[in-house]
Order: sequence, then structure tokens, then C-alpha cells
Amino acid sequence: MSESSSEVLVRFRNVQKSYDGENLIVKDLNLDIRKGEFLTLLGPSGSGKTTSLMMLAGFETPTSGVIELAGRSINNVPPHKRNIGMVFQNYALFPHMTVAENLAFPLTVRGMTKTDIQDRVKRALAMVQLDKLAGRYPGQMSGGQQQRVALARALVFEPQLVLMDEPLGALDKQLREHMQMEIKHLHQRLGVTVVYVTHDQGEALTMSNRVAVFHQGEIQQIDAPATLYEHPRNTFVANFIGENNRLAGRLVSRDGERCVVQLERGEQVRALAVNVGEPGSPVSLSVRPERISLNGYSEHCDNRFSGRVQEFIYLGDHVRVRLEVCGKSDFYVKQPIAELDHKLSVGDVVPLGWQVEHVRALDPIEQAA
Amino acid sequence: MMASSAPMPDHQLTTQDGVPLKTKLARAERMNKMKSLALVLPLALFLLLTFIVPIGSLLFRSVDNPEVVASLPHTIKAISSWDGKSLPPEPVYRAFAADLVKAHEDQTLGDLGKRLNMEVAGYRSLLGKTARALPFDPAPASYKDALVKLDERWGDPAYWQAIRRNSTNHTPFYLLAALDHRIDEVGEVAKATPDQAIYLDVFARTFWMSAIVTVICLLLAYPLAYLLANLPTRKSNLLMIMVLLPFWTSVLVRVAAWIVLLQSGGLINSALMALGITDHPLQLVFNRTGVYIAMVHILMPFMILPIYSVMKGISPTYLRAAVSLGSHPFGAFWKVYFPQTVAGVGAGGLLVFILSIGYYITPALLGSPNDQMVSYFVAFYTNTTINWGMATALGGLLLAATLVLYMVYSWLVGASRLRLG
Repeated sequence: MSESSSEVLVRFRNVQKSYDGENLIVKDLNLDIRKGEFLTLLGPSGSGKTTSLMMLAGFETPTSGVIELAGRSINNVPPHKRNIGMVFQNYALFPHMTVAENLAFPLTVRGMTKTDIQDRVKRALAMVQLDKLAGRYPGQMSGGQQQRVALARALVFEPQLVLMDEPLGALDKQLREHMQMEIKHLHQRLGVTVVYVTHDQGEALTMSNRVAVFHQGEIQQIDAPATLYEHPRNTFVANFIGENNRLAGRLVSRDGERCVVQLERGEQVRALAVNVGEPGSPVSLSVRPERISLNGYSEHCDNRFSGRVQEFIYLGDHVRVRLEVCGKSDFYVKQPIAELDHKLSVGDVVPLGWQVEHVRALDPIEQAA
Repeated sequence: MMASSAPMPDHQLTTQDGVPLKTKLARAERMNKMKSLALVLPLALFLLLTFIVPIGSLLFRSVDNPEVVASLPHTIKAISSWDGKSLPPEPVYRAFAADLVKAHEDQTLGDLGKRLNMEVAGYRSLLGKTARALPFDPAPASYKDALVKLDERWGDPAYWQAIRRNSTNHTPFYLLAALDHRIDEVGEVAKATPDQAIYLDVFARTFWMSAIVTVICLLLAYPLAYLLANLPTRKSNLLMIMVLLPFWTSVLVRVAAWIVLLQSGGLINSALMALGITDHPLQLVFNRTGVYIAMVHILMPFMILPIYSVMKGISPTYLRAAVSLGSHPFGAFWKVYFPQTVAGVGAGGLLVFILSIGYYITPALLGSPNDQMVSYFVAFYTNTTINWGMATALGGLLLAATLVLYMVYSWLVGASRLRLG
């Protein structure tokens, strides 16, 4: 990240939000959003991510705490004076206005001259490659085109900050992936700060500079996508981002960064001590399916076990193998097609293993429903 | 985007058994159409018999003119050659005397006299007097001289012109009269005499009062509809029941209740005086104020419901989007929200206005004679004077006004956007 990106544009300080005075939707949020970054707020529904975004946009007021924009508290600034662009989930394009009129709207309310407006609208349309559709009404356009118009409308008045509330949720998979790249490139080209809300982890990983994982009103972890995936700090993050094999056990001993965990049936695993308590306390081990080696590949692994093959799930570019390992019957291993041993069949017992740096001892699995 | 369809062959597509695909498709769709038509057929027949035919035949009465043609057939034949300026020639008088004798025997003289009396005052008594004196015995040499001798009015061309004007089965008389016009002695369309020219004023009053009622309804209904559309479901359901509550009571009962409430010794006046706002009772009923209050009350749901149904479909994110783009909330409401409700406002306005121009009971009970609308005169001609021609002419013009309004509306807003609920 460049130098200017360390400059903080938005700062949440001890922000709390409650609707009913009994439950906190957002518990003590402290978050710095750097200038020019693409920050994604990721989390399941009800985790407080959208509420946080709406507080930033000004449509919700924090119950306590301060939100600062460019060093100034905006708690008492009404939303229409915040100069923040926003893209809504269902685009919210004004149906009675043409595309050009939609784009001109934020400029007209700012009292710009007609020629200026025409000029900017033209440039914004060119930016999203919709020059030819200026005279269309939103109802006459496809979802992807409407999405582009919504994007252009949020950017046309050149705000320093753009908020996006699950903007791709209504699109089909292919178009969604295409738009992800388009938004990412637009962000890189314009250098605008983007705060993006989604519950789709794939979207978060592809587009963002940083991802903040929300759960139960709190940020669980905020990091670059690769860090988040490779080094989840707790079980929630490990489960929410990507696939994950979980093994419940008890901490036996700890030695600096490493530790030994005893599984329920007595096997011992050497793992990274990321989020553990005292020896004797319960822990949850997390191993990514693609980090597990089968057969001969497992010879040099620190942790070696054997598993019984239960099922093959063919996915084209790779095969997921479901095994029974250490008494757990939903243990998945991802095998690239090239590495798959074709003699392997259901019921076979195979050796498998993983390196100590790929298994992370985290807080125990919640016994929630 | 991949082209998934194979290239179109040049020859015609056929089904497996060789029938051209288009023919087969048309056949299949025709079957479906017939089925759906059969489903609506009972309703269509019912509407035809109970709505379209009665209205059509009623409207026909506004131009129907059977009396003179039926009672004076020979006179009409003879009078067609008359120039209409001097007195008609002898054959006309002779034919008239013969027709009158026949009419007297057939007892159709009453209808004829009533009809001709509308054209020239005093015609009815003239006919009666003449018919009693007929037939002449012995037959005179000149019927013309004999009739003029019997009553000198038969020497006035005006009485003969009245017959000549009505020598066809159809007449514009009623429609013209409803618009304060008549056909004068020389056959030209002219303004009615001032003492008979009341209907244009009545029409103007009807439209004016309806416009006022519509505007008041709109002003009161719009915020309420907005509230209904934006409250949580439980609260809005309760409010909706209160909006619909008046529908469960008869209009007559509500009008009577307004009389009780609004009269000088009524609840509202007593309350106003008790609060010291006024020291003498306000005249709130049996004038236009009373009519407005009651009509707005009765017609309000018809304004609220279409607006509400349109507002219900407008996502609140539009307003948020407008505000996030820098528009003041009021500006956002006016530029973004209001334009989207125009279809509902138009539908509600149209509905209330059309219902208003046909209002009868409320002005009749709550208004002064100067607050009566067209419907009052329709009722007057139907019930009191039994003049179907005038009643249907007024009603027909009202219907025409409604249709014109609807066309203007659909031209302005587009009928496809009309949302009635």
C-alpha cells in the first residue's frame, strides 16, 4: 500500500448502536478506514455490518460514540451534507428519470451549471461504458446495466468516500464476478475510498484491500484477504472464510508459538497456538482441506494420521474426498485432479498428514445451534 | 453471450406430422383464447343485459322524438313542402284536422300536447280546444279559414314551425336545452331565453364543486396515505380499518349524522361556542360548506386507496438514495417520491371527481337550492315532471364529460399507469 493510504479518512470511535435499548446491534466499534482503500465489511446477516454502514451514511444515528470523517465528527451532519456516494442493494435508480437524468440529479442539487452537468454525466457514462443508453429509463435496462448506472451515479459528484451495500446481490453468478472486477478496476483507477458491505466471502476476498469480519456486533478480525484466509485469529473467522476442518481437543502443553493438543480419542496434534488458554482448556483445531496431504505426500508431515475414505465429490478442477479421521466423519481433503490417486476407492484406509504451520489451535467451537 | 439456437433453416418449420408449425401454434392458442372467453362470457352477458343495454336505451331517449311523428303522420307529409315563412298551404290544415281527430280518438293527444308545449307555451291548451271542436260538420270549404277562425293562433307560423321541427323521429331539442340552447323559429341554433338558461350554470357549479372536493380530498389524503404506507404493518392495518370504516355505513346515515353534527344547535357549534371561538352558531349546514364537508368525508377513501397502493410499491431506498446524493429531504420528496405517486394521485383524483359530478343525495340533503348539482335535475325530470328526454340528455352529457376526463387523463398519464387499488 502506498504512503497516502495510511492516512485515516473515517474513524469509528467506541460506536454503539441499539434499537430497543436491550440488545446492542453494534458493540463498541473501533475502526479506521484509510484514504483510498477498499474496505469490505463482511459478516452474516444481523452481524451489524449494514448498521455500521448506515451510520456512516447518516441514515442511522449511533447510540453512543463518535464517527469522524476527515478528522471531523459527523454525528450531527445530516446525510445529504456528508458528500458520501452510495450504491444500494437494488440500485435505487429513480424510475421516472432517464439514465442521464439520474446521473445529473446529484449535480443539479449541487447547483452546477448545465454545461458542467452535461460534461460530467458524459464522462461518468463513458466510465461505465454506457454512453449509448443515456436516454433509456432504468426499467428498460438489464440488471448489470442498472448496476453500472448506480455506480456511475454514486461517483459522478466525485465524493471522497463511496459506500456500497451488497450492490451485486441481485445479479447472477457470472455477471457478479464480472462486476466485481469492474468495480475493483474502477476503484484502482479513481483512487476513491470504498466501503463495501457483503455477506459473500468470495466477493470480499477478490475485491478488497482489507476485510473486516463482523460477528455479533463486533469486528472479529480485520486484515488483508490473504492474511484473513491463511491466519484466521479465531474459529468464527476460520469457519466463515473458506472451508475448514475442525477438530475438538484439549490443550496439553504450550511452547511459545507451538502447542500440543490431545484429541477426544487420545491422538496428539502439534499445532500453532493462535488463540488458546491454559493447558487443559478446550481448543478447536482448524486445518484447510487443501493443506492436507494424502498417501505418499504425507510422509514428511509433522502430524500424520490415517483416514477411511467415505465419499468422492467430483468438482471438475478438483475432487473433494470425505474421510473419517480421528472419529470425525466430515473431514474433507481437497485433491487437485493431477494429484488424485485413481486406485483409491471408498472404504480404503489411507495415510494423511499436515504441517504444523497449517493447523491452528483456536478458541473452542461454540456449542450453539 | 453464446448463440444457443441452431441456424434457422430456410424452409418452413413443420411439426412431426407435417403441419406447419405456425398453423399448429395458432390453433393451440385459439383454443386457449376460446376457453378464457367462455369463462368471461356469463359476466359479459350479464353486463350487456343489465348495464350496457339499459344505459344505451336510456341515452337514446335524449334524442328520441316519437310524439309528433306518431300522432300527426299526414300533417308531417303535407308540411314538408312548406317554405316555413308564410302560413302553410291548405292541404296542411286539412291533414292536421284529420290527424287531430284520429289522435283524439286514440287518446295520444296528451303526449303530443306535452311535447309541443315544450316548444311553444300554450300549445297544449290550444290542441285541446281545437280537438274538442273537431271534426267540423259540415266539412268547411277551407280548413285553413275554419281553424284560424276557431283560434287565431293557427294563423301564426310559429305553431306550424313547431310541428315542422319535430317531423323526424330524432331531435337535438333535449341536448340543446341541456346546454341552454334551442332551435329558433328559422331553424338556427340559438341561445335559450335567459329565464330558461340554467343548465350551463348548473354544469359549471357541478364541475367547480367537484373540483373543490377533489382538491380537498387530495390535500388530506396524500399525507395520510404516506403515513399508511410507511407505518409498521400492525399500526397501518388499524389505521386502514379506520379509513374503511365509513364504507360500512350507508351514505344516507352518514349524511343524516352530518346534519345532526353540523346544525346550529349541533355538537360542533356547541363545542365552538363553549370554547369561546365564536359567540353565535356558524352556518355549517344547508349551504355549500355542509356539502363540501360531507362529500369530502364520503369520498376520502376513494382518494386514499389508489394513492396508498402506489406508495406501497415505492421502496424507501429511493428517498435515501436521493438524500445520499446530496438532495435535501424535502427536495428529495418532491423530485423523487412525488413523481412516482402521480399515477395514484391521478387515479384517485379521477375517481373522486367522477363520483362527485354524479352526487345527488348529499347536496340534496345538506345543500341549499343553490348547491344542487346536475344529478338533482336528472332526478327532478325523472321523478317530478317525467321528462325522460331532459333527464337523459343531462345524464348523457355528464357521462360524456366523464369519458372526456378519462381520455385526457390517459393522454396525460397513460391509462396503463392507472392504479385503482
